Amino acid sequence: MTATATAATTDVQTLDMSEMELREVNAALQGAPTTNYTQFEIRNPRGSHAVAVGLDAEIEVTVKGSTGYYCAGMNKLATVHVEGSVGPGAAENMMSGTVIVEGDASQYAGATGHGGLLVIKGNASSRCGISMKGIDIVVHGNIGHMSAFMAQKGNLVVLGDAGDALGDSLYEARLFVRGAVKSLGADCIEKEMRPEHLEILKDLLEKAGADAKPEEFKRYGSARKLYNFNIDHADEY
Amino acid sequence: MCGIVGLFLKKDDLRPKLGDMLTDMLITMTDRGPDSAGIAIYGDDSDGLKVTVQSDTPESDFAGLDTALGEALGAPVAMKAIDTHAVLTLPEGSRDAAIAFLEARGLRIMGLGEAMEIYKEIGLPKDVAARFNLRAMGGSHGIGHTRMATESAVTTLGAHPFSTDEDQCLVHNGSLSNHNQMRRILTEKGFAPRTENDTEVAACYISSRIAEGANLGEALEGTLDDLDGFFTFVMGTKTGFGVVRDPIACKPAVMAETDDYVAFGSEYRAFANLPGIEAARVWEPEPATVYFWER
Repeated sequence: MTATATAATTDVQTLDMSEMELREVNAALQGAPTTNYTQFEIRNPRGSHAVAVGLDAEIEVTVKGSTGYYCAGMNKLATVHVEGSVGPGAAENMMSGTVIVEGDASQYAGATGHGGLLVIKGNASSRCGISMKGIDIVVHGNIGHMSAFMAQKGNLVVLGDAGDALGDSLYEARLFVRGAVKSLGADCIEKEMRPEHLEILKDLLEKAGADAKPEEFKRYGSARKLYNFNIDHADEY
Repeated sequence: MCGIVGLFLKKDDLRPKLGDMLTDMLITMTDRGPDSAGIAIYGDDSDGLKVTVQSDTPESDFAGLDTALGEALGAPVAMKAIDTHAVLTLPEGSRDAAIAFLEARGLRIMGLGEAMEIYKEIGLPKDVAARFNLRAMGGSHGIGHTRMATESAVTTLGAHPFSTDEDQCLVHNGSLSNHNQMRRILTEKGFAPRTENDTEVAACYISSRIAEGANLGEALEGTLDDLDGFFTFVMGTKTGFGVVRDPIACKPAVMAETDDYVAFGSEYRAFANLPGIEAARVWEPEPATVYFWER
């Protein structure tokens, strides 16, 4: 913000989806850098898709209810707080900022995210953090099968249990699970928890408002055996 | 894509509103399936077996159909004609003779059952719902489907639900990859599908398992072993409905339960108009897990 800009208002702008089209709502949020509003409340989302996507400013958005596909997708800088559950692809491809979901998340939450923090206070279903590229994800409940598939970078923290094939074909993302892991995917192994990992966990748990101790978690990561083509396995392809 | 909706009432006072609630749910799923739409509705037990038939030329085909069928069967037949569909209530023990009579007249058999009636046509869900006045229909439970065709042509018979035995119906979101092989196996067993559609093969498979003595839960378990492909299935029976998703579970499913009902939707937005949805328990059915509710 430049010195000549008007001071930001503390008023909350209400966007009611029973009266406004989705495009109007998202345009109001995406236009925030040119308005004085920094706080928004979205009412009556009624499971709509693509709510609060493509945000690109330090604004706070509260969604009063549950949403459909791709809520808070491609987020940058903004804080989006969903007071409900989210459908598939929540916070997909997030770059930065924070997305907090009070309820559950459907499949592939936080997929391909490059940065920022996604907090899911309920459970996340399958493919949570698939192909994550630097995002931090904290799930207070459980996660479903194939989570962190091909995850490249970032941290996935799960206070509950993980489903089948956790971290299949994993690259360098760190996975921390407090509960049971049903099965590990190809090339994903349990790893030693070192002091620097406990520090990372402590910080993420604090940011996510999670009531858990870093020492209660196990760390999983890549065995790095799939990085290079192995000629001895040629007949298996 | 395709959209699925389902509603199972736990209390009788909502029964007159079943069609109204299901119609809202169905229309909300238009984006997922604008090709065709259908609904199976389980009403009060009738005085006999009901057969739902369809004709593209209902004015001529349905005129005097009840009288002619009654004469052929030697007992009166009640008929309710709505748009391209007619529901005929058959005298006891006349099922096979009635089907032979109706098929000889070129009518398409949509389903049979003591409680179930099926209405399906091509077109937008809102138009299909209006043609059949679905909103006015009452009942204990019902299943609806909006179709975006992948495996077979957009035709009335390719629309869901598929009914392959009395009071049984199936709707499907996904696509099966071993349906040709299964079609041969089921045909040998005497459960030959009538269309080229993959979902009908799954319906025949479940009907065959139930005919062999499996209960609904066991028959749905069997789909996980014997059917290959993507599926979220919702199956209706006279007394309830069941849900199963394939182990990969990429076809969406969400459920909601209150003291009054259990609801199924491909997306949460299908529930937005349901009474008490704000306080409902909402969850996503687990992959490779069978759920069913019976009264």
